[in-house]
Amino acid sequence: MELNLLVSSSPHIKSQQTTKKIMRDVLIALIPATIAAAIFFGIKILLVVLVTVLSCIVSEYLWTKIFKKKSTINDLSAIVTGVLLALNLTPTIPLWIAVIGGFFAIFIVKMPFGGLGHNFINPALAARAFLMASWPVQMTLWQNSAFDMVSTATPLTLAKGGTEAVGSLPSIFNLFIGNVGGCIGETSALALLIGAIYLIIKKVITLEIPLTFIGTVALLTWIFGGENLFEGDFLFQILAGGLMLGAFYMATDYTTSPITSKGKVIMGVGCGLITAVIRLYGGYPEGVSYSILLMNLVVPLIDKFIIPKSFGGKKL
Amino acid sequence: MQKQLKSFKGGIHPPNFKNTSELKTVVMPLPTKVIIPMLQHIGSACEPIVKKGDYVFVGQKIGETKGFVSSPVHSSVSGTVIDIKPYLGLSGETVLAVEIVPDGLQKLHKSIAPINTKNKADLIEKIKESGIVGLGGAGFPTFIKLSPPPDKKIDTLIINGAECEPFITSDYREMIEKGQSIIDGIKLLMSIIDVKKVFIGIEKNKQKAINYLSKLIEGDNSIEIVALKTRYPQGGEKQLIYAITGLRVPMNGLPLDVGVVVQNVNTVSFLAEYIKTGIPLIKKRVTVEGTCIKNAMNIEVLIGTSLSEVFEFCGGFSEKPKKIIVGGPMMGVAQFSLDSVVLKPTNAIIALCEKDISKTVESVCIRCGKCVFVCPMELLPLSINALSVNGRAKETINYYINDCIECGCCSYICPASRHIVQSIRNAKIELKKSASNI
Repeated sequence: MELNLLVSSSPHIKSQQTTKKIMRDVLIALIPATIAAAIFFGIKILLVVLVTVLSCIVSEYLWTKIFKKKSTINDLSAIVTGVLLALNLTPTIPLWIAVIGGFFAIFIVKMPFGGLGHNFINPALAARAFLMASWPVQMTLWQNSAFDMVSTATPLTLAKGGTEAVGSLPSIFNLFIGNVGGCIGETSALALLIGAIYLIIKKVITLEIPLTFIGTVALLTWIFGGENLFEGDFLFQILAGGLMLGAFYMATDYTTSPITSKGKVIMGVGCGLITAVIRLYGGYPEGVSYSILLMNLVVPLIDKFIIPKSFGGKKL
Repeated sequence: MQKQLKSFKGGIHPPNFKNTSELKTVVMPLPTKVIIPMLQHIGSACEPIVKKGDYVFVGQKIGETKGFVSSPVHSSVSGTVIDIKPYLGLSGETVLAVEIVPDGLQKLHKSIAPINTKNKADLIEKIKESGIVGLGGAGFPTFIKLSPPPDKKIDTLIINGAECEPFITSDYREMIEKGQSIIDGIKLLMSIIDVKKVFIGIEKNKQKAINYLSKLIEGDNSIEIVALKTRYPQGGEKQLIYAITGLRVPMNGLPLDVGVVVQNVNTVSFLAEYIKTGIPLIKKRVTVEGTCIKNAMNIEVLIGTSLSEVFEFCGGFSEKPKKIIVGGPMMGVAQFSLDSVVLKPTNAIIALCEKDISKTVESVCIRCGKCVFVCPMELLPLSINALSVNGRAKETINYYINDCIECGCCSYICPASRHIVQSIRNAKIELKKSASNI
């Protein structure tokens, strides 16, 4: 028979894993948190997620059309950014702010620097920080549950004290299942952990960053967070706020985290340190998103200096 | 005697496809012609010592070595030399090849006789003359490994029965069909290199071979069989040495730097046969496999047989192949024509159809780090890839590029289908070019 043989470099076979499948796994892992949000804050949060995702997809498509590049929306990464950004917004967010956030994440933070694989900070968190700086009032209008539209404070705001903090601290149980105020996706530690276990089983994330991040926050808030040393309520601290969401889903973003195991540990500890300092001594009640953004900036340095010696190599 | 499962860090688990493991090796009849290239080994090409029109015998030397790292080449048939012409080899180099048409009589050359000498230096010389090279696929002239420089003390001999690549079962069949020959070869090597302890490394998925060889060496404490975790590339000699002894061969170094010599099971088995018969390396067991061939099998084939005749003997293709690979699917070399021939280090010929081969289109690196996770040499493949494709090959030295064994684990696992191994090879070429320019 007439053969048309392909001659190319080894290896000649490949595993079935693709970028698209990884993105799909992340979306699947975020389903429990999204469902929990819908239960506690109402169906309307699904609209927020949808609008944010659409804004991200359209922004990415627009960029590729304007700059005459091949459309990249098929790799699903824009959808992942959209969902993660939505989960970082308050349930009461006006939809037009969500749209602007999606645009900022993709059109300003991700695409100008090269798109997928080239962003220097987490696009979803960068957009959140931008929205927080631009519309601080709307971004901090919280809600307790689907049935209670009274503006309230998040557990961390309550813990920090202050004149506007009303009500007593929620129980550890409520913190764990998510029956508290906060961002759409950050409240239910249970739902987030279910998704995280899925990501670990599917080998999408490894444990260095989440464990060191959460562990460092726990350790520092235990030592310094209470009236006296070693009296901090670390369980409250790790379940409250965006730590679970940030440690498992955002700090572990491939492009903005180190490639070596040692590097990942450094990032996790750094994030934990900054989060604890902001929470305990800083002006904001929550520090997770800023700690991740700041450590994102340090990642190229970490990767530049942490080059493990090879199997047979001598330290250069 | 078995130890608990040993292994190395990193590696991958591609599907096994060891479908031919329980099939007895089939002897392929004489081909219509053989083409014997002058370079079938690592080192310098031989020079033909026959000319067009000559009659040659089975086992007659037709290529003489030039340079130290070389291995003589012999005729695998008796017949007439009809041409001496250029042949495009596996690494893209063009060498001369002797084309012989067999007369069907397979007359042995008169110089062939059992090897009787016990003198070590003579033995090594005879082994060199046999044309034996590493039959695990690398093709390094064996006699060099058996005469290490005086300042390198060898205390361990490791026999490689890992066979970690998918599809290939020729080492396994050697262990099942010629187990005693392997043991005899080991004894011979032990006397030549003067080692007291030998390990035979076999992957756990070859339990029958482990059991059979264990029975053959029962009571002999100098040989130990080590069952290894089934993982690619366990058969890579650095990984094999590490799994069995815990020693790390230094970058740019050799196993003898840690006192070890590694030999493939087929190589040691051949040595035992050679001592008995005096017949040089003229035939091989080759696994003929793939997803688009009619009958997968192990065949015993004469060196110089064309791939087209091999496939014809095995019943041809069930559908049109997209890639023909000599070697395994992870490290083998893709062929451009079925006119290529079976060489000394050939251990498998694999035909893959289009849906089974890796994609040719790369997408962007997302820095997932899976390549770092699977690299058995503890490298950062994505970094080396990024430097290579951006014309910064010189900086790859900082990333220990010379320790890359080009096993393909990184490219295999990459979700973006990046051609990492190819870019590493390119970087190595760039580095060599700039080094020779100094």
